[in-house]
Amino acid sequence: MSAGPLPLADQFQHGLAAPICLTWELTYACNLSCVHCLSSSGRRDPRELTTAQCRAVIDELQRMQVFYVNVGGGEPTVRPDFWEILDYAIGHDVGVKFSTNGVKITPDIARRLAGRDYVDVQISLDGATPEVNDAVRGRGSYEVALRAMRNLAGAGFAGFKISVVMTRHNVGQLEKFKAIADRFGAQLRITRLRPSGRGADVWDELHPTAGQQRELYDWLVAHGTDVLTGDSFFHLSGYGGALPGLGMCGAGRVVCLIDPVGDVYACPFAIHPSFLAGNVRDPGGFAGVWRHSELFARLRRPQTGGACESCSAFGSCRGGCMAAKFFTGLPLDGPDPECVKGHGERALVAAVPAAQAPRPSPDHSHRAGPYRAAQRRPVPLTLSARPPAPVTPSARPPVTACDPDPLAGFVPGR
Amino acid sequence: MACAASTEPVGRFDLDAPWRLDAQVRVRPEAFGALLYHFGTRQLSFLKSPALAEVVRSLGAQPSARAACTAAGVPARDLMKYARALETLAASKMIREREGA
Repeated sequence: MSAGPLPLADQFQHGLAAPICLTWELTYACNLSCVHCLSSSGRRDPRELTTAQCRAVIDELQRMQVFYVNVGGGEPTVRPDFWEILDYAIGHDVGVKFSTNGVKITPDIARRLAGRDYVDVQISLDGATPEVNDAVRGRGSYEVALRAMRNLAGAGFAGFKISVVMTRHNVGQLEKFKAIADRFGAQLRITRLRPSGRGADVWDELHPTAGQQRELYDWLVAHGTDVLTGDSFFHLSGYGGALPGLGMCGAGRVVCLIDPVGDVYACPFAIHPSFLAGNVRDPGGFAGVWRHSELFARLRRPQTGGACESCSAFGSCRGGCMAAKFFTGLPLDGPDPECVKGHGERALVAAVPAAQAPRPSPDHSHRAGPYRAAQRRPVPLTLSARPPAPVTPSARPPVTACDPDPLAGFVPGR
Repeated sequence: MACAASTEPVGRFDLDAPWRLDAQVRVRPEAFGALLYHFGTRQLSFLKSPALAEVVRSLGAQPSARAACTAAGVPARDLMKYARALETLAASKMIREREGA
């Protein structure tokens, strides 16, 4: 959008007829166990929407004129019906941009994708080097992502996205990320680390420092619309000029999330009962939830900026990210934990201890992550045949309830 | 995302030519006006008034952009503003000149 800080944002506060930016997580199953996973994914939820239910959701999105969805997970491509759902959506005027760690993007699949309209692919990469990436996403994940990029580029898929969550360890790699994107004819997309899902456990150590935030902001200003951000850094516009994008929290107004079991949340970073608006399997379907949920109605009423309203930056940052505040235990009408004026840091010190902040839920994390499992040493084990059947009764092992021997316990008379 | 109501100067927009929506564009009515989506370029545009939305929707059925504006009740003094908005939409390929009309 080219018009500055926007009367449109005011219009959008009241909510749209349908979301513009709808995230749909198709599964909680994932082959990785990224330490910052927003949705605490890992294990498939047995209540996951069936193929038919997914088709019904797409039919509804088509009727509501939701023109595209951001599909994610978990790792959406591990659903056996993923390609079927993808084809169904694009056949029904619902374009798909899906996020993947690249595990299924073989040369064959890359060619299929390159031949389709209305499909966009986003490969997740959280370090421009294997060391930085794999520390967050798991051993070998850098190579998997790069292989997927090579396959897409090799198949002629131009302009796929490389999606990076900015952390303390990769802000300094921005130029390197850009170089990787340029090498593959891809577009760089960087987003904010949220303290959501497992991200709550690592946010303190991984979120960019104040100095890095400034560096990031300056870099974004210098690169303009060349770099996508999913509008996720609007809390940084307090530094000066607004960044490209809507510049507001769109939760429940412009944005929402459908999770793998059909639960509708106000935004993808707020998977918690406090932000649960309904379920697509409810009688009114997704449209009913979008139009009539009490939570969304509340979010669409004028919000108070609380203490932030007297701040000179409030007009541009609008108090920042709801989910970031919630999961760090800050009040929703207070400053963002990464407030550029430093109000967030001060509020965090005064707020409840991190241990008492609301915990993201539900949790589908692997009980033993694949990464950890891969590191585990083999258990030394020696298999040996059972000793041959005893010749004398006295040599028999003691009888147990499970003894398979029909003569167990039988002592022949002499 | 392109924004229809920008302040770029009017250059080449021909109000008297026949126009139409691009075949890959869909219009979603909204309280503030409408949302345009181009399935080819994957761009969104926001039409910030119901009158502009009506002009854009009716372009294909009117002999010229000027006629579409008149039919939608756009006052003559606002025509240049609408021409600028339409020019932005043309630049982002949301609307196209109709051929052979």
